[in-house]
Amino acid sequence: MDRRTTIKWVLAASAAWSFPAAHGAHAAIPARGYGTDPKLQKAYRRGELWPLTLSAPQRRLAGILADLIIPADAYSPSASAVGVVDFIDEWISAPYPLHLQDRTIVLDGFTWLDAEAARRFGKGFSDLEESGRVGVCDAICNESRAVPEHRGAARFFALYRDLTAGGFYSTPVGRKDLNYIGNVPLARFDGPPPALLKSLGLL
Amino acid sequence: MPFVSARTQKSSYDVIVVGSGAAGGQSAYTLSMDGAKVLMLEAGRKYDPALETPMFQTPDMAPLGGAGTPEKPFGFYDATVDGGWQVPGEPYVRASEEDAGRFEWWRARMLGGRTNHWGRISLRNGPYDFKPYSRDGLGFDWPISYEDLAPYYDKVELLIGVYGTSEGLENTPDSSPGCLLPPPKPLVSDHLVAQRAKRLGIPVIPGHRAVLTRPLDSARVPARLHPGNVTAQKILAEDMRSRSACIWATPCGRGCSIRANYQSTTVHLPPALVTGNLDVRTDAMVYEVTLGPEGRASGVSFVDRTTGKHQHVTARAVILAASACESVRILLNSKSAQFPNGLANSSGRVGRYLMDTVGSSLGGQIPLLESLPPLNEDAAGGHQLYVPWWLYQDQHAGKLGFARGYHIEFGGGKGMPGDGTGAKMEWLTGGSYGAKFKQDVRRYYGSFVYFDGRGEMIPNDQSFCEIDPSVKDKWGIPVLRFHWEWSEHERRQAAHMQKTFADIIGAMGGRTDAAPQADGARAIAPGGSIIHEVGGAMMGASPATSVTNQWCQTWDVENLFVTDGAVFASNADKNPTLTIMALAWRAADHMLERMRRKDL
Repeated sequence: MDRRTTIKWVLAASAAWSFPAAHGAHAAIPARGYGTDPKLQKAYRRGELWPLTLSAPQRRLAGILADLIIPADAYSPSASAVGVVDFIDEWISAPYPLHLQDRTIVLDGFTWLDAEAARRFGKGFSDLEESGRVGVCDAICNESRAVPEHRGAARFFALYRDLTAGGFYSTPVGRKDLNYIGNVPLARFDGPPPALLKSLGLL
Repeated sequence: MPFVSARTQKSSYDVIVVGSGAAGGQSAYTLSMDGAKVLMLEAGRKYDPALETPMFQTPDMAPLGGAGTPEKPFGFYDATVDGGWQVPGEPYVRASEEDAGRFEWWRARMLGGRTNHWGRISLRNGPYDFKPYSRDGLGFDWPISYEDLAPYYDKVELLIGVYGTSEGLENTPDSSPGCLLPPPKPLVSDHLVAQRAKRLGIPVIPGHRAVLTRPLDSARVPARLHPGNVTAQKILAEDMRSRSACIWATPCGRGCSIRANYQSTTVHLPPALVTGNLDVRTDAMVYEVTLGPEGRASGVSFVDRTTGKHQHVTARAVILAASACESVRILLNSKSAQFPNGLANSSGRVGRYLMDTVGSSLGGQIPLLESLPPLNEDAAGGHQLYVPWWLYQDQHAGKLGFARGYHIEFGGGKGMPGDGTGAKMEWLTGGSYGAKFKQDVRRYYGSFVYFDGRGEMIPNDQSFCEIDPSVKDKWGIPVLRFHWEWSEHERRQAAHMQKTFADIIGAMGGRTDAAPQADGARAIAPGGSIIHEVGGAMMGASPATSVTNQWCQTWDVENLFVTDGAVFASNADKNPTLTIMALAWRAADHMLERMRRKDL
């Protein structure tokens, strides 16, 4: 990476967290949402209602970060494997006030990650080794423990973790990961097994 | 042809019912089952839960994982159509934007109104709740007592189907035998709340919700509800047989295509339409009740929202059931030489004494509920148990510092994961991510509980609505301007809720997810946000100080009735819907009797 790009990222990142009010929307977002009477019974594809807006490098970073938060393990695949990047792209491209606010936080966060990676390792976040990525994330994964200059980045990380989790656990894979067994019609509802209640001292 | 248009609508009816929710549905049901010719006018579009309800759709099929937006505030799959805190083209004005003086007005522009999405919590007001002024000198007494309304609570419970139990508790009325359906089994978290709250002296009993935990008794109920009316009995029996019992899945707020819970569109309207006595016109935005000779209401004027055309229709009597504030708006916009300040407003009380419910919430995380085995806890959709107000003696002894009480709604369990799962857990996980985060989400899923207080607000002079002098909606109809103020009673009550919730969470061995708010002004939810707004056309014993008599009949115009929450003289902690329906049924019975005597 050339030094000029590094400096640009660092400046952009410091502007992002120092002067959030001065930092507006990063790209044009359509004015219209799905309206007050959308069809509820059809299954929607991400990007069908409003265009997805992340660039290819941003989507790459989005997937890497989502998989740092929810990697594949013995029980379930990683976040990016179940469409979380599309979920987040749809979220931050949505035309509603909360989503526009989250858009700014996420895009500024991406910029900050690249700048921090450049500052520490001389390359963009996506090009770091796993250990480098973890080093950057460890500094911002807990807002109350983050040093003051990392607080803004920590708020970004918290939001991004929430979005990643929301995108992951709202899929069939996520529901299975949590052993959710509802949403099926039952002839009767018997409540929790008595043995379980007994073991908890509730019977 | 029960759904009518400008072309097929008759020119005159016995009764016009404005609105199709709990009040309009009940009014139209009672009248049409007994032979009156009724025209129902609904401002929103036609809505068919059997065809439109997203029953088993999952969050991955919805935009944004189904999360709420200003266009669908309670989530993508919420039943509400064309509704929310803001309705496009239909503004309202707030006199104050400060939190303390803010009022939020929820509307749903659809057939069935907000009954399509509501919580289905169906509590009776108790004997004290009709005589609050007599008990503590605050607010107003109702012109009726509990005994006057009790038979109608029975009827409504029998008709719509309400689960619950009779516990014989103070000011928490028992239902007549056979009225209630069995309550659903409690969840693990419910058992724990009940066990630990009871240790604190807080009673926990089965909730009351309008959900069919078993099929309705179609062999007996119709004869009990419509004695001597064989046709009505037959229609109702058939309709009851066509309602399915709960299948223990899918959130009630989406509506119910199998008609296992109460919505006006699934319970009141179908049998009423079968009678052939009910015509329904949707997209009909009523803005004025017109006055005829001898000071009687001659009919109503409305805008057809699909064509923009204005139309007038006449009837022997008019019922406003458009929701408390919308009915007030229609009255205030119905000006004439005789009623320059709005129709039926000789008392000056139309719009006054608007009330909502005192609301405050707190959540917690309970280690005992972590890492439980897989459980299907969809149940009947929540509110298996609740806490009725219990501190009557302490309050009587002056120990509380506020008047009136609250009940507690609570929940927990392994609900369907969604866009909020795994979110905001940093205080528990220390900020984990990666493999540890996945384990943490599995560990904590199902271990959260929440508590919502729902308390009584005392009517006050500062909480009211009026017509804004300049702002109009897209149809040119002048809009409402809201004024709002809580009193110390409500603020202290909200702070008391917070302490109670924290005590219960502590007794469960858990931690609260936020510090309990000791400042009542911060603990209390903004006015209107609980969507229990009532008052504005209060019923009372005197024409000088109230808008309607005990029959929901306006004092000033004898063939004009208001059967929605506007007539409430107080707003007990009990959710208002069941009382709205009971009052509407009672008013309709009175109208039918007068129509039979030909004096209406």
